[in-house]
Amino acid sequence: VDYSPFLGIEKGAVLQEARVFNDPQLDPRRCSQVITKLLYLLNQGETFTKVEATEVFFAVTKLFQSRDMGLRRMVYVIIKELSPSADEVIIVTSSLMKDMTSKTDMYRANAIRVLCRITDGTLLTQIERYLKQAIVDKNPVVASAALVSGIHLLQTNPEIVKRWSNEVQEAVQSRAALVQFHALALLHQIRQNDRLAVNKLVSSLTRGSVRSPLAQCLLIRYTSQVIRESTNDTQTGDRPFYDFLEGCLRHKAEMVIFEAARAITELNGVTSRELTPAITVLQLFLSSSKPVLRFAAVRTLNKVAMSHPTAVTNCNIDMESLISDQNRSIATLAITTLPKTGNESSVDRLMKQITNFMSDIADEFKIVVVDAIRSLCLKFPLKHRSLMNFLSNILREEGGFEYKKAIVDSIVILIRDIPEAKESGLLHLCEFIEDCEFTYLSTQILHFLGIEGPKTSDPSKYIRYIYNRVHLENATVRAGAVSTLAKFGAMVDGLKPRIFVLLRRCLFDNDDEVRDRATLYLNTLGGDGAVVETDEGVKEFLFGSLDVPLVNLENSLKNYDPSEKAFDINTVPKDVKTQPLAEKKATSKKPTGLGAPPPGPPSTVDAYEKLLSSIPEFASFGKLFKSSAPVELTEAETEYAVNVVKHIFDGHVVFQYNCSNTIPEQLLENVTVIVDASEAEEFAEVDSKPLRQLPYDSPGQTFVAFEKPEGVSAVGKFSNMLRFIVKEVDPSTGEAEDDGVEDEYQLEDLELVAADYMLKVGVSNFRNAWESMGVDFEHVDEYGLGPRDSLAEAVNAVINLLGMQPCEGTEVVPPNSRSHTCLLSGVYIGNVKVLVRLQFGLDGPKDVAMKLAVRSEDETVSDAIHEIVASG
Amino acid sequence: NILILDSEGKRVAVKYYSDEWPTNSAKLAFEKSLFGRTLKSNARTEAEITIFDSNIVIYKFVQDLHFFITGGDDENELLLATVLQGLFDAIALRLRNTIDKREALENLDVIFLCIDEVVDQGYAFTYLSSY
Repeated sequence: VDYSPFLGIEKGAVLQEARVFNDPQLDPRRCSQVITKLLYLLNQGETFTKVEATEVFFAVTKLFQSRDMGLRRMVYVIIKELSPSADEVIIVTSSLMKDMTSKTDMYRANAIRVLCRITDGTLLTQIERYLKQAIVDKNPVVASAALVSGIHLLQTNPEIVKRWSNEVQEAVQSRAALVQFHALALLHQIRQNDRLAVNKLVSSLTRGSVRSPLAQCLLIRYTSQVIRESTNDTQTGDRPFYDFLEGCLRHKAEMVIFEAARAITELNGVTSRELTPAITVLQLFLSSSKPVLRFAAVRTLNKVAMSHPTAVTNCNIDMESLISDQNRSIATLAITTLPKTGNESSVDRLMKQITNFMSDIADEFKIVVVDAIRSLCLKFPLKHRSLMNFLSNILREEGGFEYKKAIVDSIVILIRDIPEAKESGLLHLCEFIEDCEFTYLSTQILHFLGIEGPKTSDPSKYIRYIYNRVHLENATVRAGAVSTLAKFGAMVDGLKPRIFVLLRRCLFDNDDEVRDRATLYLNTLGGDGAVVETDEGVKEFLFGSLDVPLVNLENSLKNYDPSEKAFDINTVPKDVKTQPLAEKKATSKKPTGLGAPPPGPPSTVDAYEKLLSSIPEFASFGKLFKSSAPVELTEAETEYAVNVVKHIFDGHVVFQYNCSNTIPEQLLENVTVIVDASEAEEFAEVDSKPLRQLPYDSPGQTFVAFEKPEGVSAVGKFSNMLRFIVKEVDPSTGEAEDDGVEDEYQLEDLELVAADYMLKVGVSNFRNAWESMGVDFEHVDEYGLGPRDSLAEAVNAVINLLGMQPCEGTEVVPPNSRSHTCLLSGVYIGNVKVLVRLQFGLDGPKDVAMKLAVRSEDETVSDAIHEIVASG
Repeated sequence: NILILDSEGKRVAVKYYSDEWPTNSAKLAFEKSLFGRTLKSNARTEAEITIFDSNIVIYKFVQDLHFFITGGDDENELLLATVLQGLFDAIALRLRNTIDKREALENLDVIFLCIDEVVDQGYAFTYLSSY
């Protein structure tokens, strides 16, 4: 039986009941009950009309006549809930002000809270002196009431609240813990824009004693803020206030310990040494009986693992036991942290635990796990077999679309990045499409099979899977399967006879699209079933990428009028109008175009490759080796913002200039960059691609390509001048004038250095790689680096000079070391794997000596590395 | 936010301190997913914790009542747990340790007062005994 004293409650009836408030002889208990019912209604989401609310409010004000304390408490609560308007408030003001000076503490405290909630500026100035008195009231409840109200009022009447600084300052010294907490919060709010004042506040309190754990937490947060804003010089000893934070790790209250540990992990550029005590404490929390502690600890460690995985390794055992934690959030966090901190030998153990765990969790957690497995596999490619098996097993189980898509995407990435996994991966995908309920995924996979299948050693084994789809699936999938079959036929001549047989059967399909495709392929693949090569041009036509953006093609087709003249695809414009980018939530408040750097197209290797190969002038340059990060060529807040990405090919380099026009009254046309390569003798300019239009707030790209001697890592300096035609624009209409003026704009120089030819590619086990590389092309030499600021600085300088990937955390130099070994790996242009072992030593107070050992697959590369160091 | 729901996920008493759920239907939807998410866990001996939609949720079940405190995902989880405990202790004290739905509804005024005392407009306020 669902009992409730509010069963059948109805707003109208309760409003009627509220009439009892007007009785001359008030029955406090009855009135309290009615107020409770009103609060209940409001709480359940019932709304009062303006009239109803006003009526209730007026009735409630009558209740001030009663001296019953319980009733008065309820009156306070309901006044806050009703949120009376300014003209209504006047009625209760005097009652509340009387309460504010009452002898009864409870009245004073709550009257303050209510008044401050409903007040406006003028009322506030009237009661200000009472509030100031209240802040330093002997009774802590009263003081807290005033302080908390002050915190809220700071939003609306800051000038008034700031006048209370002295009283608040006094309250910070209060012996009552909560008062100190509230006072500290308010004082910080008041002073937060004055960095020096906050600094002083923190300094004095960290030395003194803070009674309340809540206040201590606040202090830790403010201390972190001060640390963040101070120009810290980590080279010369400890961070300011670090000792305070570290001391808090030993506080009685767990809340404080945790706050301090968290604060330490979030310090800017935190070092392993600074992290250690915090992580030790978090590790203890991992085995607590309280889920809240376990959760807090594992969540924090998860974040730390992203930047300092080695620091968290000690916690691995504890985290592994968390995988079977009753609380699924904790288990998932543990599962996603372990791949970052684990090593190769723990992978099998991890996989076993994860397999047991998967059936218990929701889809969205599963996706997180899949992502973690994928990064695990990329980190330890030798384990691909068991990890791939895992993925294919979960693919077969129950799951929603997003989840299965995540798994398929992961398998695809693994196939692409780990050659040894390709065959098994493709087979897993084939098995999946035999039973896949999602058309989108089936077609994606079929398409992917068409690309990768023909390149394998025995493409024929995939044919059966693909052809079965033609029988058994819906039209969309059937059509996709037909295209894939044709692709196999085009790429692998030996399969043509078989493919032709299969395609001929497709001519009898029910669906138009399927029949059309089959017909097309049968007529174009050539040879009528014999084992002949398909003409390159045909291949390009059937399977090549579309040269034009789909959006433009669609628009042109819509505008095409069927007539005698056939549709000419060459009339479709190739440029995509770049859309102004949507604002990202957490980033700067300035709109794009005002000082924000021009983003350009998304900067992944794939995206760059696609972009460059779609430009006919650069299509013949071959495979893109490396694209640098964007380098700014203009200062912040200039009229035109330009950054450059350096694309390295075997015999060419292409500079992609991402340009942005921040002037609404201007439209730039025919934008090019004039490059002076007189300080880069080995380079010869061969081509450039201008940017036709650069309107306000719509970034675009222009390119310049240089030829360079093949296989040589040539370096040089290039000076750049932006040249364009500028036309005035009327910002209100957006129309530009017809005539423009030629103009130029000087950009900064850009440099091509040896590190640009080096790809940062890590290895998981350096020693193994070093051994297997062999000494054939080893080159060892010693160098004196002269006086340096510190060992760490010297190490960083060499790492940046070479542009290689530090392995196994060896880029971190423990402070006060006199020597250090750093392991680097990378891939040099020409696809040459390179490993470097650097041994640094302090020779006297400041001089640094370095021994450089290089092993690679090519002698000239080993020598080149030494060249870089010698000249750098 | 402070939420007290019954064993079927229906509201007993709630207080939201954020504009993130502007309409009542948004609030009800939130309560529904919150309830569904936590139903299967056993939050009776120790307070439990979970995270969803960038909200950290600390919760405790007593008899047929489910108590929840929620906060943003950058909040100190232990601090939230302390607030929950404070609320809980305050209610337990007033209801003389009989905490179930019937008692709560019969003494809803007490519940409302406790909620009013423990958090003032989103600020952990008062009467947390050890602090």
